[in-house]
Amino acid sequence: MSNRSNFWVQLPAIGLPALLAASLAIFGLLLPGRFWSVGAFESMAFQMPELGLLTLAMFLPFVSAGFNLAIIVTANITGIFMAWLWVNMVPSDAGTGLQIFWVALGLLGAMLIACLIGVLIGSLVAYVGVHPILTTLGFMTLIKGVGIFITRGAPVSGMPPVVQFLGTGSFLGVPMPMVVFILTALAMLVLMNRTSFGKYVYMSGSNINATYFSGIGTHRVIIGIYVISSLICVLAGLVMNARFNSARMGYGDSYLLLTVLAIIMGGADPLGGFGKVGGLVLALFVLQIISTGLNLFGVSQHVSLAMWGAVLIFVLAAKFFNRRYYLPWAQRRAAGPDSCSV
Amino acid sequence: MADTKAKTHPDRVVLYLALVMLAIGAFFSLTTTVFLSFANLFNLLESYAVTGIFSMGLLVVLVTGGIDISFLATASVVQYLTVLVCRQVGIDDVLFLGLTVAIVIGACIGMGIGSLIYYLDIVSIIVTISMQSVLFGLLMHASGGRSIYNLPAWMFRYGGTHSFKIGDTAYVMGVGPLVLLAMAILTWFILNHTTLGRQLYAFGGNPEAARRLGVNLGRLHLFAYGYLGAMAAVGGITQVFRMEEVVPSSLVGRELDVLAAAVLGGASLMGGRGGVLGTILGVFLIGVLKNGLNLYGVSSYFSDVVIGLVIILAVIATHYGKRKETEVGFV
Repeated sequence: MSNRSNFWVQLPAIGLPALLAASLAIFGLLLPGRFWSVGAFESMAFQMPELGLLTLAMFLPFVSAGFNLAIIVTANITGIFMAWLWVNMVPSDAGTGLQIFWVALGLLGAMLIACLIGVLIGSLVAYVGVHPILTTLGFMTLIKGVGIFITRGAPVSGMPPVVQFLGTGSFLGVPMPMVVFILTALAMLVLMNRTSFGKYVYMSGSNINATYFSGIGTHRVIIGIYVISSLICVLAGLVMNARFNSARMGYGDSYLLLTVLAIIMGGADPLGGFGKVGGLVLALFVLQIISTGLNLFGVSQHVSLAMWGAVLIFVLAAKFFNRRYYLPWAQRRAAGPDSCSV
Repeated sequence: MADTKAKTHPDRVVLYLALVMLAIGAFFSLTTTVFLSFANLFNLLESYAVTGIFSMGLLVVLVTGGIDISFLATASVVQYLTVLVCRQVGIDDVLFLGLTVAIVIGACIGMGIGSLIYYLDIVSIIVTISMQSVLFGLLMHASGGRSIYNLPAWMFRYGGTHSFKIGDTAYVMGVGPLVLLAMAILTWFILNHTTLGRQLYAFGGNPEAARRLGVNLGRLHLFAYGYLGAMAAVGGITQVFRMEEVVPSSLVGRELDVLAAAVLGGASLMGGRGGVLGTILGVFLIGVLKNGLNLYGVSSYFSDVVIGLVIILAVIATHYGKRKETEVGFV
């Protein structure tokens, strides 16, 4: 009895894997031979990591009940810095060793820039109490301004071969951008589930005052959140550099909605405190499959934009009905008829 | 305690803003020859009137503790649909009917957004990020991204520029500043002199307390987002008056500029604060800065840097020391 009833309580948890399977099956049927092809899946594996890395960058602030509007510009500006360094410093006939040295140096510099951005944003949020949307809005404007001022809006192009390999090459059959994404997601998984910092992030998102008065240095946690968020943006910038063979302010501008969509589909609560890395990764796969499928159908970018917005509202509505009507019903059912009178 | 109260009083924010604006204005007047001329000031007023109209609507939503970044998509949709409806129904030269159509469309979209936020209990920023994409995506698909130049006659008749004389010199200006003035007075009246206005502030200050006092939160959501939708319609139509064309992609993407102006004027994302005068000052502070820097010969590429810095400094100034000693959350 109780096993069968608990089934209904557990049912919503399989929503996302079911959606993944359904979208794979539906597109497979509607696009015979074209969707289930090596080419389609390879292009998905090359496209997803940019969005995936930006989503991971949004994830930490989101779980802490914050928001980071500056992720895309941070990825852009660090990407521009790296591109500028490599275009100007790496000799065209440099060997692989020298190239790797410069790439590492560029990454280091970009990470310093990202740390500075993260510390500034985090300090304003933590010490002054400015709402994260406002803080990151200010930094987004500032960083975009700086980026456009130094590049005049033009792309910086011509990456060294090592970086180009990162955009087009494969390792054991897995595209390099995907390797970067999977490693970052694994690191995030460990950070959120196996470290005290991860616990503090969840606690801060649920109730930051309670966390603070439990003796946890929430100010440091908040600063850490925005620093890590900005550091992941560096990786997103690196992958974008590698894939486009250039860096420019404005690359990836349209990803903001999709990062939020992936996080919420993955099960995070917009009010903060909840959200799992695993759900997020699964949601990203679903989004990429739907996106590629629609692309193969020839749906225009404007229609897909409208559709993503509608999907986000639909997901939120479904969550609302689940929380308000379905779960209470399933729990009553699981508790059995005896408890109805209680 | 009394001291903190005085510091957070809305009049203080307006006073500081006015002083900063005077200082910046005086600096540009002394260092450039063009800044303090009627022609330039009218130009400034005209350029930022539409932003001001949008900010009036956004202010009402911010007062309730919500946020909306879909209003410029609403404005663009209203521009497009109004032209279509006027053509279909045959409203060619009746200003009143045309405006009614626009405002009804805007208010309906706004109330739709408000009911999603209230009835589905979703955070406003996420609903409005989605609605922005839905509205803008559908608009671009329907219009094919093409501009419309063949507008109903009332848009031309009352739009464009009107010349007038001060002394011997003739100046031209559109209707934007007058519309802004009317909308500012309307918003000020609603916020400060009606029960509805008090309820909006009460709701923003503490939703649960307001609900227990018997305030109908659902109705307030509908009003606040509906009002923003209506202001988006008025702003959108004023923009059409000014440009004499409908360009579907001309507005979307500048939502955060309007938000920044409202926040400069003392509104808080946590609700319950902000006023009309401060918001207008915020809009024109950004306007004066951009205009002055431009006259000063600073590259327009650089103005975003300055605006970003101003937003960051302003939020530090308005938030510093506002938090209760027992709290570490956002203000």
